[in-house]
Amino acid sequence: MTAIQKTRPARAEVKIRSEKLNLWYGSFQALKDVSISIRPRCITAIIGPSGCGKSTLLRCFNRLNERIGGVRIEGEIHLDGRNIYESGMDLMQLRKRVGMVFQRPNPFPLSVSDNVLYGPRVHGITDRALLEQLVESSLKATDLWEGLKDQLHRSALELPAEQQQRLCVSRLVAVEPEVLLMDEPCSALDPIATERIEELMQELASRYTIIIVTHNMQQAARVSQDAGFMLLGQLVEAGPTPTIFTNPSDQRTEDYVTGRYG
Amino acid sequence: MRIAPSITQRIAVSIMWTLAAVAMGVLAFIITYILWHGLPHLSWAFLTESPKSMGREGGVFPMIVGTLWVTMLAVVIAAPVGVATAIYLTEYTHEGKMTAAIRFGADCLAGIPSIIFGLFGFVFFVITLGMGLSVISGALTVALMVLPTIIRTSEEAIRAVPRAYRDVAYGLGSTRWQMVTRVVVRSALPGIATGVVLSVGRSISETAAVMLTAGSALGLPQSIFQSSRTLSLHFYILSREGISMTNAYATASVLIIAIMAINLSAYWLMRRFVGKA
Repeated sequence: MTAIQKTRPARAEVKIRSEKLNLWYGSFQALKDVSISIRPRCITAIIGPSGCGKSTLLRCFNRLNERIGGVRIEGEIHLDGRNIYESGMDLMQLRKRVGMVFQRPNPFPLSVSDNVLYGPRVHGITDRALLEQLVESSLKATDLWEGLKDQLHRSALELPAEQQQRLCVSRLVAVEPEVLLMDEPCSALDPIATERIEELMQELASRYTIIIVTHNMQQAARVSQDAGFMLLGQLVEAGPTPTIFTNPSDQRTEDYVTGRYG
Repeated sequence: MRIAPSITQRIAVSIMWTLAAVAMGVLAFIITYILWHGLPHLSWAFLTESPKSMGREGGVFPMIVGTLWVTMLAVVIAAPVGVATAIYLTEYTHEGKMTAAIRFGADCLAGIPSIIFGLFGFVFFVITLGMGLSVISGALTVALMVLPTIIRTSEEAIRAVPRAYRDVAYGLGSTRWQMVTRVVVRSALPGIATGVVLSVGRSISETAAVMLTAGSALGLPQSIFQSSRTLSLHFYILSREGISMTNAYATASVLIIAIMAINLSAYWLMRRFVGKA
C-alpha cells in the first residue's frame, strides 16, 4: 500500500478537469456549476446521497448522457487539457479512452472471449494472434485468466456475478483506455466479492485513472485517494480522502460522512 | 360465508387445468383426425408424382414445389424489410407521431382478412403490374401479409434487449450501426427468428390470398412467373369441389407434417445456435 502511494502523482497533475459543468434533464437541473479536478492514476470517489447527480456527473466524462433525449449541457470538461465538449470531438475515440463499468454486471450474451474482444473488433482489429493475446492480457489484468483460460467459449452469462463484473472490466481493459469510470460497481455484489473487486481497483489504479461513484462511504474511504462530496447537483467539496472524511471544511460534508443523513 | 383460501386455490387450479386441457385436446383432436384420415393415403408416390384427372388420382409434387417457392420468396422478401423497419423504429428514431403512425398501420394490416390482401394483390401485382397469376404475384402478396407480424415481433424482441447492452456498446466506442448489428440484433435474434418462423407457417397455410394471385395451375411451375397451386389451395379445391376427400386429407397431412417439421427444426436451431451464444 505504501509502495503504491509513493508513486502517486503530485497534487498539481490533472487528468480530467470539469469547469462550471451544468446539466439539465428537461427543466430539471441535475448538475450545478460542478468544477472538479481528477488526478491521473488515482482513485477518486464521488460520494453523496441518491439523486445528488453523482452518476450524472460520471456519465458526462464519456458523454454517455447525450443519448437521452432532452439533456442540455453547459460548461467544459478537459481531458488532458482538451475540452471533450468542443465540436468535432470524436465520440468513439473518447469512449475508447474513457471506459465505463456499470452498476450491474452486464456482459453481453456472448462467450467470455467474444465479450473481451467486442471493443477491439469494433475498433477494427482482425489479426487473430493479436486478438488471442488481447484476451489473455485483458483477463490477466482482472485475475480471471487462471480461472477461465479453459472456458473462453463458455457463455459469459453463466459466470457468477463477481466474475461477470471482472469480465466487464476486462472488456474495457481490452480497448486500452486511460480512464475507468465505475458507477457503483459493487452494489450488486456480496461483501466478499465487493472486497475482491476493491482489491482489483487498487491494482488497476497503478495504470489507470479511476473515478468511482458510490454511496457506500466505507468503500470510498477504503479505496480512494481523493474524494468529492455532492449534494443536490452541487459539488460541496473535494480533496484528499482523509481530509474529506476526518476534517471536512463544509458542515454538510461532515453531516453526511458522520451519517447524519444520506 | 367465506370459502377457505386453500379451497379457492384448488378450484382455481382445477378450472385452469381443465381449460388448458380443453385447448390442447381440441388441437390434438384436429391433428389426429386429419392424420388419421390422411396418413393411410400418404406414400412416396403421392409426394413425388403429378396429379392426374384434377387431383382425383396421382400426387401433389407440383403443389409442394409451388408452396415452397411462394413461402420462400415471401419470407425472403418480407424478413429483411420487416426487420429493417423494426430496427428503424426502435433504434433510429425517437418516439413520435411518425412511429406511432407506422405502428398503428402495421397493427391494422395484421388484422385485415387475407382475402382483402388477395384482392389487392390481384388488382396491383397481377393486373396493374402485369405479373399475371404467378408464383411471384402470390409471394409478394403473402409477403405484404406477413410483414406486420415480422415488424411487431422483431420490434418487441429488440425492445427487450437490456438498455445496459447499448450503454456498454457505446461505452466501448461503437458506432450506432456496430451497436445495432453486433449487440442488439444479435441478442434479439431468438425473438426475431420466432417472428420469421411464425410467418413461414402463415405463408405455407395461406389459401385465399394465393388463390387470387398465384392461381391454381396444376402443372409444375417452370419459373416464378408461372402460375402454381399451393398445397393449401389444392386441399381447398379438392374438398370444395368434391374431387377426392381421401386426397384432400392426404394433402392436409402433408401440410401439417411440414409445418410441424419446420417449427421443430426452428426450435432446434435456435437452441443450438442462440442458446449457446
